[in-house]
Amino acid sequence: MTAPLFRLQGICFAYEPGRPVLRDAGFRLDAGERVALVGPNGAGKTTLFHIMVGLLHPSAGVVEAFGTVRRAEKDFREVRARAGILFQDSDDQLFCPTVLEDVAFGPLNLGKSPAEAAGIAKATLESLGLGGFGSRITHKLSGGQKRLVALATVLAMQPDVLLLDEPTNALDAETEERLTGILAALPQAMVIIAHDERFLARLSTRSVRLDGGYLTEATARLS
Amino acid sequence: MSVLDANAAVTGDACVCDADLNAAPLASPIDTLDPRTRLLAAAAFALVVVGVNAPAALVLALGLAAGLGAAARLSLTGTLRKLAALDGFMVMALITLPFTVPGEAWLSVAGLPASWQGVERAAVILLKGNAVVLAILALVGTMEPVVLGRAMARLGAPEKLVHLYAFTIRYLDVLQREYARLRTAMKARAFSLRADRHTWRSVGWLFGMLMVRSIERAERIMAAMRCRGFDGRLWSLQDDGGFRRTDGVFALASTAGLALLVVVGSL
Ligand SMILES: Nc1ncnc2c1ncn2[C@@H]1O[C@H](COP(=O)(O)OP(=O)(O)OP(=O)(O)O)[C@@H](O)[C@H]1O
Ligand SMILES: [Mg+2]
Repeated sequence: MTAPLFRLQGICFAYEPGRPVLRDAGFRLDAGERVALVGPNGAGKTTLFHIMVGLLHPSAGVVEAFGTVRRAEKDFREVRARAGILFQDSDDQLFCPTVLEDVAFGPLNLGKSPAEAAGIAKATLESLGLGGFGSRITHKLSGGQKRLVALATVLAMQPDVLLLDEPTNALDAETEERLTGILAALPQAMVIIAHDERFLARLSTRSVRLDGGYLTEATARLS
Repeated sequence: MSVLDANAAVTGDACVCDADLNAAPLASPIDTLDPRTRLLAAAAFALVVVGVNAPAALVLALGLAAGLGAAARLSLTGTLRKLAALDGFMVMALITLPFTVPGEAWLSVAGLPASWQGVERAAVILLKGNAVVLAILALVGTMEPVVLGRAMARLGAPEKLVHLYAFTIRYLDVLQREYARLRTAMKARAFSLRADRHTWRSVGWLFGMLMVRSIERAERIMAAMRCRGFDGRLWSLQDDGGFRRTDGVFALASTAGLALLVVVGSL
């Protein structure tokens, strides 16, 4: 048995003292899995993602990623390069003037040459059916278009794990269908937060539920 | 092709080869120069013009700036409108000069004498202002903001300053929309500006909320950037290239032009 991609044990976290969001949460992600993370609004799903990539630090518990325990900011640098996170709000993710530059931002940070990065960015956009969007201005895209471009910025880093925070929000039925197909064909392990049960049922291999600060395996089929 | 956006088929496909974002279809002679050359030339021009005081030299400077404007293919009406805005502002400030600078009397208004020297001083300032602004419009104003940021960085401007500039460009619009959203939310509930406590308190909340939201957004953007491997350096997708022959030619011509200005100015 190889080491899991992610293993979280006994994670406790609170934004404000006395109002814990996570208490003793445990989670494990193995290669090839597509895990649905469900739970009511405000349960702490987004928070859990941010803890996994070290944007927030738990008050107790251990985050182990890619076989190594991660504590300090510099431990998480590598985690963030290998686990791509799609943010809940696309406007937070897109900050370059043009789509192509935004998608190429990650690859450039990973040390690719400008030519390579542009190549990767174009190929990624192409694969999401965004072939003609390269020179578009990011903040002038529609909500759904921003969603797909934000996904492209994550995929362009060619991560081993995908953490998708409500990937289908703002997408129309047809685009959601296409996205389901694209995600199902990706080899990466992924954790998907979504409120759409039909979407999750088609994509996920198992699902976990976050409620009241605890994570529980939801063995029953979602629908 | 995606069905997401009908426009993409029209506007997007033509520019799939967009790694070279500089290659606008109508590149003017000025556009072919390295952005750094343009920045340096604009700075040198401004410095020399500010130092020169002879009206003849300043008329020449204005002529040179106009030449640059033509080379940059500035739109005539747009440029004149910008200069008129500037002049309107300057005239307000300069109108007192003839009355305050002592010298040979020209005319008197309501018993106050206006001097020729004062008029000349005002004209000199107007000429300087117009020449410098026109040159900046031609050399720097035609640059994409992003290109300008990168040129500043490559000329050794502090990285923080360049980032500040780049992010201001990108998020000014987001802030404006955030403000518009909050205003709409207020209007949708029948808020109108009046001179009462409720109005002042609500406007206070509006700006307070705008501030809080901006800070939080800045934090979330920073987080998203770190997730994509940002470590304090912005890489450029474009191959910025280097100085080329045309830059050398332009630098020589500019130096000659500026030298001429200095010579005419000290005659
Ligand atoms: N920056 C913050 N400061 C203080 N409290 C916060 C902050 N962000 C989130 N919270 C609180 O933490 C809790 C969990 O938030 P989180 O965003 O993780 O929920 P979520 O499960 O992603 O919800 P949703 O489904 O609505 O996206 C919520 O109760 C929220 O009010
Ligand atoms: Mg959330």
